[in-house]
Order: sequence, then C-alpha cells, then structure tokens
Amino acid sequence: MSEPIIETRRLTRTFRVRDGLTRRTVVAVEDLSLRVDPGEAVGYIGANGAGKSTTIKMLTGILVPTSGEARTCGLRPVADRRRLARQVGVVFGQRSQLWWDLPVGDSFGLLAAIHRLSPADAASRRDELVAQLELKEFWTTPVRQLSLGQRMRAEVAAALLHRPRLVILDEPTIGLDVLSKQRLREFLVAERREHGTTLLLTTHDMGDVERLCDRVVLVDRGRTAYDGDLAGLSRTVGAQRVMTVDLAEPVPATALALPDGASHVGEEGHGLRHRIGFDSEQATAAAVLAAVSTAAEVLDLSIEEPDVEDVVRRVYASRR
Amino acid sequence: MRPYALLVLAGFRQQSAYRLAALAGLVANTTFGFLKVAILLATVEAAGGELNGYDAGSMAAYIWISQGLLGSVNLFGRTEVAERIRTGDVVVDFLRPLDVQGAAVATEVGRNLFALLPRGIPSVLVGALVVGMTMPTSPLPYALGLVSVLLGITVSVTTVYLVAATGFWLVETRGVQILYMVVSGFLAGLFVPISLFPAPLLALASATPFPSMLQYPVDVLSGRVEGVAALGLVAAQVAWLVATAALGHVLTRRGRHKLEVQGG
Repeated sequence: MSEPIIETRRLTRTFRVRDGLTRRTVVAVEDLSLRVDPGEAVGYIGANGAGKSTTIKMLTGILVPTSGEARTCGLRPVADRRRLARQVGVVFGQRSQLWWDLPVGDSFGLLAAIHRLSPADAASRRDELVAQLELKEFWTTPVRQLSLGQRMRAEVAAALLHRPRLVILDEPTIGLDVLSKQRLREFLVAERREHGTTLLLTTHDMGDVERLCDRVVLVDRGRTAYDGDLAGLSRTVGAQRVMTVDLAEPVPATALALPDGASHVGEEGHGLRHRIGFDSEQATAAAVLAAVSTAAEVLDLSIEEPDVEDVVRRVYASRR
Repeated sequence: MRPYALLVLAGFRQQSAYRLAALAGLVANTTFGFLKVAILLATVEAAGGELNGYDAGSMAAYIWISQGLLGSVNLFGRTEVAERIRTGDVVVDFLRPLDVQGAAVATEVGRNLFALLPRGIPSVLVGALVVGMTMPTSPLPYALGLVSVLLGITVSVTTVYLVAATGFWLVETRGVQILYMVVSGFLAGLFVPISLFPAPLLALASATPFPSMLQYPVDVLSGRVEGVAALGLVAAQVAWLVATAALGHVLTRRGRHKLEVQGG
C-alpha cells in the first residue's frame, strides 16, 4: 500500500464553552482514527455538531488537536501548515476565499502568486477551470455581485487552482439549486477521473455522497459510527428503498407474492395503494413490480430512495 | 515577497471600490481641520505668535498633514482581520501558504495607502490653499517625509494588528478597540502636537508606538525636525515597526493554539 494521504490516530479535540456562569467541556472529536489512501473519495457524514468541521480544521492545521495525532499528505498539519497548504485545496461552503470587492479573475491571479505557480502553469490550469466550471460569464464581475451558485463554482475553482493532491469540501452544495448541484458534482467526478485527486467531503446531501463518494465515514458525537461503502451503510441500518404502487382494483396485502428482501410497509384505500420496502441488494425494483403485477394491474408507481438524514438517524438510534 | 506585495496592491484596489466613503472621509477630515485651525492658531496667537517652536505657518502644516494622514493611519483600532477572527473567516487565511500576520498587514497597508489619494493629498491641498502653511523648500524633507509617512502607516497597522490578535483569546475585541482609539489618537499627537505636552506626558507618549504613526511623519514631512534629528525619528519608527511586528508574530503563534473557530 502507498502512504496514506490522511492518517489520524486517536485524534481528539475538546472545547471549553461557557454555559451561564459555569464552564463545561464539549468533546467535538473523540479518539478518531481514520485512514484515507490517495485516490479515494470519502463522504464524511454525520448530524450537525457531530465533529465533521472540527476534524477538517485539524487535518488542515487550522485547529490544534487536544490530543492524538494527524498526518495529512505525510505532513504534520499544525507545524507544517504552510507546506501542507500547497498540497491541499479546501472549500468551506459558508466562507469565501475570494477577494470580495475585486473581480473574480483577480482572485485567481492572487492565488496563483500565493501558491507560486509559474505563469504558464497558472494560465493553463485557470483556462481549464474556467472552461469546465463555466466561469467566463462572470470573470470580470466583483465577487460580491455573484449569485451563490456562481460563487460556489468560483470557490471550487479557486481551491483547485494549485492542483492539490487532496481536496476537502465542507458542505460544498449547501444552498445550491438542483441544477447547480448537478453541475458541480459532474465537474468533481471529471476532475477526479482526470487527475486522480483524493476527495474528502462533508455533506448533508445524499446525492453528493451517492454521486461522488465510494466510501462513507459516519461520525456520531465525535466517534466513527460506520466506515465502509454506501450500500453497506444502508444494509447495516436496514435503510430500504420504498416502492409505492397504485392498483386498478383493491388487493389484500396477503395476496401479494413479494420476492425475498421485500416487505409490505403499509396500505391505503383498502388495498388500492401499497407501500413495499425492499433492499436493493436482494431484490430489484423490477422483481417487486413483477410480483405485484401478478395480483393486479399496476396503474402508477413511485420509488423513494433512503436519504442521508434517515440513514444517520437510524445509525444514531441503534447506538443509543 | 511577491505574494505580499500583491496583497498590498489587492488591499489598495479593494479600498478603491468605496469611493463615496472616501469622499465622506475627506469632508470629515477637512471639517475637523478647520476646527483645529480655529483652536490651535488662536492658541499660537495667544502665546504671542510662537508656541514651543510652532508659529502659525508650521502649526497649520501640522494640522493639515495630520488631518491628511488620518485616513491612512489607523487610530481607530478597527481592522478586517479582527472581524475575520470574530466571525471565523480567519480559517481561510490559515489555509493559505502565507504567514497570517504578514498577509493581514500587507492587505491593510494597501487599503490605507489608497486613502492617501482621495483623503490625504486633498486634505493637505485644501489646507494649503485656504489657510496657508509653511512647508520645506528643499527636496530632502519630502523624500525622508515620504519614507516616514509609509513607516507611520505600517506601524499603525502592525500595532492595530495586536488589537486584532487579542481576538484569539477574547473573540470580541470591541473593548480593546475602544481603548486603543482613546489612547492612540491622543498619544499620536492627533489633537495637539505632543511637543506641547507637559514633560511627563511627553515621556509617556515617546515610550509608545503612537507618535511614530502620526507626529513623527508630520514632523519630518513638514520640516519641523530636520537633519540628524529627523533621521532619529525615522529610526524610532523602524524600531517600533520591528517591535510591534515581533510581538504580533508571538501573539499569532500563541493565539493559534487558542483559536476556536466561530460559526462552524
């Protein structure tokens, strides 16, 4: 195995917070041991306050750990912060790294100088990002006049200008509309395919995880609650896809010969509408539909995917 | 050094986005300039035409140069970096392969330099044309004065950075900022030249970086202090620049370990 790009050992961070007159200690990250290899795409998920952002800030040398160790790109984040910054690109969805009052293009000139890129290298990379993220239309607009979707594209481009080996995105799609999200995800997929960039992503959006990540790490109260692929996570907590079928005539639930891995969840209208949960590992939507069709004609159907909130909730519930 | 030079330029250009604010600043500067003219020139007259080495012409020069520098020398205690620490935006600064203090100081110096154009130079021109003032006739005070003005601006930025850096511990630094504002203007010689202070107060002011921000550049540029003595003032400015920058460096290092990013 090659050297990991992120490695933490029992990484812990506590905060002292004032609570009225007393002070108490809040544990944001506790004993986190995580290993990410080059080229992986990891979705780092968990509820608000689970310690995701704190972990990222320790991995990039912004926050000093209370105890434990972290190595990012083989460097010590706090001691080697500036060297590390040349190899990592970070987007904090709620904060801007662009120069607010200056045209978008100026920020890229400044960042190229800050990262000491050669003029030729900076220009070719900039042109690539401008084309792929469609920045041209607002390249000369001051940052403060951009829409959120435009700004996020510019933020991502700014974080990637110096061709970082590791890209860390903290809630990159927060507040974006469906189309903007989709464009951003497509870009990130292409970027990884072309450059083999390692991706660490925190998000509340299941679409981000499904589209971008081949591995999911779920944190609960600062500790790892799950580490593996997404399908496995759904399997672990029994998160199911749910098919809702409307039938031409009422059929009792017992008359539906459901395949293995599918189960009846509920019915409405005295058997006119049924809700059937199924695990996509064991049963396909087509198999479920075929089984239902033998009992009655299907007029309409819809399928709900498990969402990240639901999965997280189930994992948390099973641990408490 | 190139990234920092570019940050100075970026700060300059960012500030140029706020031209109307600069104009308002100019109006305020000149208004208070006329107020100071009324009070201080009357004082010189009452003292028999000369007051601790100031006559009407040199007092007018002190007033208009100091009013002109007011937009560029930070005597208010507020900085962008203090705000960034308070809101947590400072995380972005830590993500760059730059010295956080160096980057903040460079940007702020750039902002302050811009103010010389719409506020500094016009204030002096208004004063010179309307009230009249005595300025040096040889080029040397202007050359050394320019250096001294640049040093004054930079010392004010490195000093006010210390106020911002207390935010690593305090988060909200408004109290420190107000304290800075009250003390700095007075000891920098904004209201009356520090040479009019009683001896103990003058000694106190001289033991702070504040005269380096305003009084010394005004003295050098106006030619009130010349030759070796002027070089002495510039040397004092350099010493304060080094001292405040070093202290800021230490506070930034220590403060980092205290940093608790605000706002998630």
